[in-house]
Amino acid sequence: MVLLYAILIGVMFGAAVYLLLRRSIVKLVFGLVLLSQATNLFIFTIGGYEKNNPPLVEKGQLVPTAPYVDPLPQALILTAIVISFGVLAFTMVLMHRAHESIGTDDLHQMRDTDK
Amino acid sequence: MKMLIVSPILIPLVAAILALLLPRRLGKLAGVAGPAALLAASLALLHWVLRDGIQVLQIGNWPAPFGITFVVDIFSAIMVVLTGIIGFALAVYSFHSIEPERFKFGYYSLFNILLMGVAGAFTTGDIFNMYVWFEVLLISSFVLMVLGGERAQIEGAVKYVTLNLLSSTFFLIAVAILYGKLGTLNMADLAVRVSQTYDDTLVKVASLLLLGAFGIKAAIFPLYFWLPASYHTPPAAVSALFAGLLTKVGVYAIIRTFTLIFIWDRTVTHNVILIIAGFTMFFGVIGAVVQFDFRRLLSFHIISQIGYMMMGLGLFTTVAISGSLFHIIHNILAKTNLFLISGFVYHLQGSYALKKLGGLYRRQPLLAFLFIIPAFSLAGIPPLSGFWSKFLLIKAGLQLEGWIIVSIALIVSLLTLYSMTKIWAEVFWKPDPQAKPYSVEKNAKYYSMLMPIIFMAAINALVGLYAEPFLNLTLKAADQLMHPSIYIEAVLGGYLP
Repeated sequence: MVLLYAILIGVMFGAAVYLLLRRSIVKLVFGLVLLSQATNLFIFTIGGYEKNNPPLVEKGQLVPTAPYVDPLPQALILTAIVISFGVLAFTMVLMHRAHESIGTDDLHQMRDTDK
Repeated sequence: MKMLIVSPILIPLVAAILALLLPRRLGKLAGVAGPAALLAASLALLHWVLRDGIQVLQIGNWPAPFGITFVVDIFSAIMVVLTGIIGFALAVYSFHSIEPERFKFGYYSLFNILLMGVAGAFTTGDIFNMYVWFEVLLISSFVLMVLGGERAQIEGAVKYVTLNLLSSTFFLIAVAILYGKLGTLNMADLAVRVSQTYDDTLVKVASLLLLGAFGIKAAIFPLYFWLPASYHTPPAAVSALFAGLLTKVGVYAIIRTFTLIFIWDRTVTHNVILIIAGFTMFFGVIGAVVQFDFRRLLSFHIISQIGYMMMGLGLFTTVAISGSLFHIIHNILAKTNLFLISGFVYHLQGSYALKKLGGLYRRQPLLAFLFIIPAFSLAGIPPLSGFWSKFLLIKAGLQLEGWIIVSIALIVSLLTLYSMTKIWAEVFWKPDPQAKPYSVEKNAKYYSMLMPIIFMAAINALVGLYAEPFLNLTLKAADQLMHPSIYIEAVLGGYLP
């Protein structure tokens, strides 16, 4: 299962990099979306993907029943999802505005600030 | 008393909320009062840390490696004080120089949120928490950059946003690897565990990913191209804020992680840092030499100066690190002030292009004098502040017999002086090429822009002319950084694995 995830993550990162290197700003946004999703999946996988007990403390005990899964990666992913949602929403609006005010979706045309 | 540790975060947050909710004029005052209070609180914090050592706050009273920890050592405290100084000066500078439309869309709220993010990144002791603070300061910097919606701003922002999102992804991946491998996110705990497993390939990968992630934010070679493409597009006050603080957050993060956590494999990491430092200095200043736009020229200088900060870290002795820290202090003051001056020149003459400017030496002798202080200081002319930091760095370099890096540092210094004299000759000495008669009203806007420049120049001159206490301060901070066990002891206390 971990191998499957590893391959999936690799494909997602590859696709994201490919999209980021394209000239279209729409593909740029898709690349960023894919990149953040791949990262989330990566945290999930590397944080220890196992079928174990839920990390809940049974009545009358002080620690969860071992072996239990680590709940922290999910919390990290949740935080990362919320952050990337906000940031990507902003990016999409920015790209829309860029298309409106510059009149092109081609990154090669956006060279005025590099001169 | 412990709340003082998080006050640099809470004060800007409250100010941002007030700036959003209060009616327009009161809101603007709250936007200035926030950074002023931040400055006061940060000075108190620095005093406290100097007197009683490293201060730690465990949020929610969770013991160290389990909860989120805030840690303030001398280095953090210095950075927070600098945040306060910059924040205050720029808030005053913005008061009249930013257009009403930008204020309507929450300029001061974003400004204060940005300060909050920066202060949070400087004080946190948890690496995932640092990621969150990075995002806080990034999203507010994104909005500040496009606020106003001019074409150049949008175009610069496309590059700025993309590269910074990429860097955040690297950061997150590195954090994930560290957590997956070592099972902790607390930086002190990470330091302990990395000391046991530093030979692990994944840990090495994580350390270099972190260097890449922070390197994009700090604009080191070869990851700096987004900076000169975007920093000159927003209004001068925003440019100055970014130039002064944002890249230094990246530098702070690099210094923190590579003096605390990844110190075991120095032949790889610190040598890489040293080589990068040389390239960063050199290409930054070469880029600046060919520029003829005031702010683009200064943007390239940011990059070149980042090289000096990295140089101290690469050399990795107490003197070298204190040189880096002194250089950060000096550079934040001088660079921000140069951006403020460029904005003031724009206010006077309506252009950033060096070719269109001129004649300011005769008409604004005070401004010319004020320009000299940060400009010469940046070039490292004694006895101004840049001289002392470069003196420390070069002394450390000579002690370690790093001839190449020392010669690069000296050549770059010379080229810095060259491009500063270029600005001087074009903006101040050359006769005004514009035919139209020149008159500037000495109104509230004029003084609200001039005062912060005087304020910053005064601090800058003080750091240079009365350098000893500042040198002692940076030496003390560097000594703490070179002995990470003090930090670890302060955070983990009784709990040591």
